Amino acid sequence: MHTFDALSILRLRLLSMAINEYRITFVLPHSSCEINVHRSRSGTRIGKLIPCLSRPPRQSSTLNSRPKSHRTPCLEHLKQQCAVSLLSGDEAVALAAIDAGVKLGTGYPGTPSTEILETFERFGGCAQWSPNEKVALEVGIGVAFAGARALVTMKHVGLNVAADPLFTVALARIDGALVVVSADDPGMASSQNEQDNRRYAVAAGVPMLEPSNSQEAYEFTLRAIEISERWHLPVLLRLTTRVCHSKTIVRRGSIAIAPPQSPHFEHHPRFRVMIPAHARPAHQRLRQSLSQIAAWNDLEGPNELVAGLPSLGVITSGISYQHLREAAPDACVLKLGMTYPLPLERMRTFAAGVERCMVIEEGDPYLVEAARNAGIAVEGKPESFRFGELNTARVRRILEADSSPEPSPVPGKPPSLCPGCPHRIAFTALKNLNCIVAGDIGCYTLGVLPPFDAMDSQLCMGASIGVGLGLRHSLPPEEAKRVVSVIGDSTFIHSGITGLVEMVYNPPAGGHLLLILDNGTTAMTGLQEHPGTGRKLDHAKTGKIVFEEIARAMGIRNVHVIDPTPDPAAFQQLIQSCLDTPELSVIIARRNCLLAARSIREYERCNEQQAN
Amino acid sequence: MSSKPTNVVVAGLGGQGVLKASDILADVAFRAGLDVKKSELHGMSQRGGSVSSDVRFGEHVFSPMVAAGEADFLLVLASEQVPVNAAALAPGGLLIEPSQIDEAALPNKKSINVALLGVLSRHLPFPLELWSDALRSNLPEALYETNLQSFSIGRGR
Repeated sequence: MHTFDALSILRLRLLSMAINEYRITFVLPHSSCEINVHRSRSGTRIGKLIPCLSRPPRQSSTLNSRPKSHRTPCLEHLKQQCAVSLLSGDEAVALAAIDAGVKLGTGYPGTPSTEILETFERFGGCAQWSPNEKVALEVGIGVAFAGARALVTMKHVGLNVAADPLFTVALARIDGALVVVSADDPGMASSQNEQDNRRYAVAAGVPMLEPSNSQEAYEFTLRAIEISERWHLPVLLRLTTRVCHSKTIVRRGSIAIAPPQSPHFEHHPRFRVMIPAHARPAHQRLRQSLSQIAAWNDLEGPNELVAGLPSLGVITSGISYQHLREAAPDACVLKLGMTYPLPLERMRTFAAGVERCMVIEEGDPYLVEAARNAGIAVEGKPESFRFGELNTARVRRILEADSSPEPSPVPGKPPSLCPGCPHRIAFTALKNLNCIVAGDIGCYTLGVLPPFDAMDSQLCMGASIGVGLGLRHSLPPEEAKRVVSVIGDSTFIHSGITGLVEMVYNPPAGGHLLLILDNGTTAMTGLQEHPGTGRKLDHAKTGKIVFEEIARAMGIRNVHVIDPTPDPAAFQQLIQSCLDTPELSVIIARRNCLLAARSIREYERCNEQQAN
Repeated sequence: MSSKPTNVVVAGLGGQGVLKASDILADVAFRAGLDVKKSELHGMSQRGGSVSSDVRFGEHVFSPMVAAGEADFLLVLASEQVPVNAAALAPGGLLIEPSQIDEAALPNKKSINVALLGVLSRHLPFPLELWSDALRSNLPEALYETNLQSFSIGRGR
């Protein structure tokens, strides 16, 4: 232990709130190592010295802490296991971000992408939740403009929100790297639609990579960074649920990446101020870059040829590749890793070399349309396979042209609001009052199901307010006065604030009621922090957005904050009285999510201790 | 281990430890040096609804999902979820469910997931040491002993 004298302790990390487990990180000139210390009644146990990340972890002046409930012992273990580990696709992306020296990870929680930033932070990276995906991408763009490497994560529908900056940053020149992760959800395991975001790569003119397992999620993240830096473009890393949430073996360090450059500012208004005079040549440059990338992809892109019998050749990508290899082990396969811009010449040669060429892809007929547009004769899948996920059995059906009805799965037990969830009281009241409920996205969307049956619309983040206002503007007065907009705390921050501005700016004649269900967390995606909790992604204390202050500052006079649980009747009475007035009202129903309550208390206690 | 992967489906209700059980099983196969893939769905399904997770291991595994009717083993943590998941099982596959365990003997009812892994372990070629290592690294220290006990009850020796 005497050698430690020559080292500097950069970070002391508390691993539990009981302050009985520490991780001490020692930083040597070219590497770093860690040691775990466990204190218990029987004494102090010092673990083995473990070499860790190839670069020193970021310096932190404050203690990083989290309650035990938020620790994943498995991940802690994996972090130390350097060479080979069993990781989800999300974890593999995070590991690559660590190995590439990503300066900052930003995003908004959304299944199946959420674990990327959480893991990145746990591995020692710097990650933060933004109020929404648009802001997350804009922050990432700033990081890349500074010459650093940025990772921005979101679920597929999040890219709709971030589309505005995406389309124009494709025209701008970035000096660092910008990787945008779109985690798509074919089959809608936990989403409101199954949009295929491969279309975004084409529409925005942004190169796209599609990994098919965790090893590729790791490698393609590194490649995306290289491509981004080489062509000064953002790169879309398109994952799907089964890549994000499947654990497969990852060999760390399987490919190398150059270390990041030091952040610095370069004055490039021609490339970054997108007035028409700058954007016109920028669009031409973008198209030139894309044709260069297409040529590169044809020759050395991350695509793979699997030899097989020439009777069947299949062009595929992503998770579909894995199902296909199982369903047709003897087929020739061209697996595309970069699916925009496509390696069309390679696809053409492949198709010409087999007797029958099929395309196996999940979701939209994206590859098949692109191949046909290029004059490559391929067979696609019947329309019925556009819906839902593929799996080995469905791929077999496509290959065998089996059009018999697919067996429908036995319906399982649907999800429901937890017993004791404060939202239950809110929806019971709304049902009792026969309200017309314009709803929103979160756990509380389950208010649509029995026994509540108390939601009438739900489309996208923040829509409850605008839709509720439209209903108020149009319905006859007797119906209009029953309309309530219901939104959660994280969703209100994400895109409800502009809706509230609309409510103040264009108030319906009969008034309106906005009910904010504030359970102190982003519950649906797994209890993430947001600006309304006053804690950052790592649960450390930060600035807090207070909903009632926002509403009052906007000029709403009837602002009520109430905990609905102790007196449900009083809560229902409050809703009724707001519906009875022709003014604008905001009710904030505030009670912490049952699943989060204990952790929240511990975070607050810990943050208080640190403040003192 | 033959070249054909072994397919295991773990199913139950949100909050029962379905995903934890599949994590432990995948870890054991990984520690045994096999190729492993594990698939699950997060999100809506966690709110008390039906949950299932697929684990596949062998020399080489492609798809992370077990095709319907191809599970060699089906572990169901809640008896009422057996009909929902029965179609996963291959002809001749083995169903493992709570009735095969003396639940009263478990040190903690919540450890039924690990007890059923104990039953499964009788049919898999992994040494006990790998199971206990995987239990230790996938569970908080304080829960290790009770879970190892539950595992042993399931394993039955």
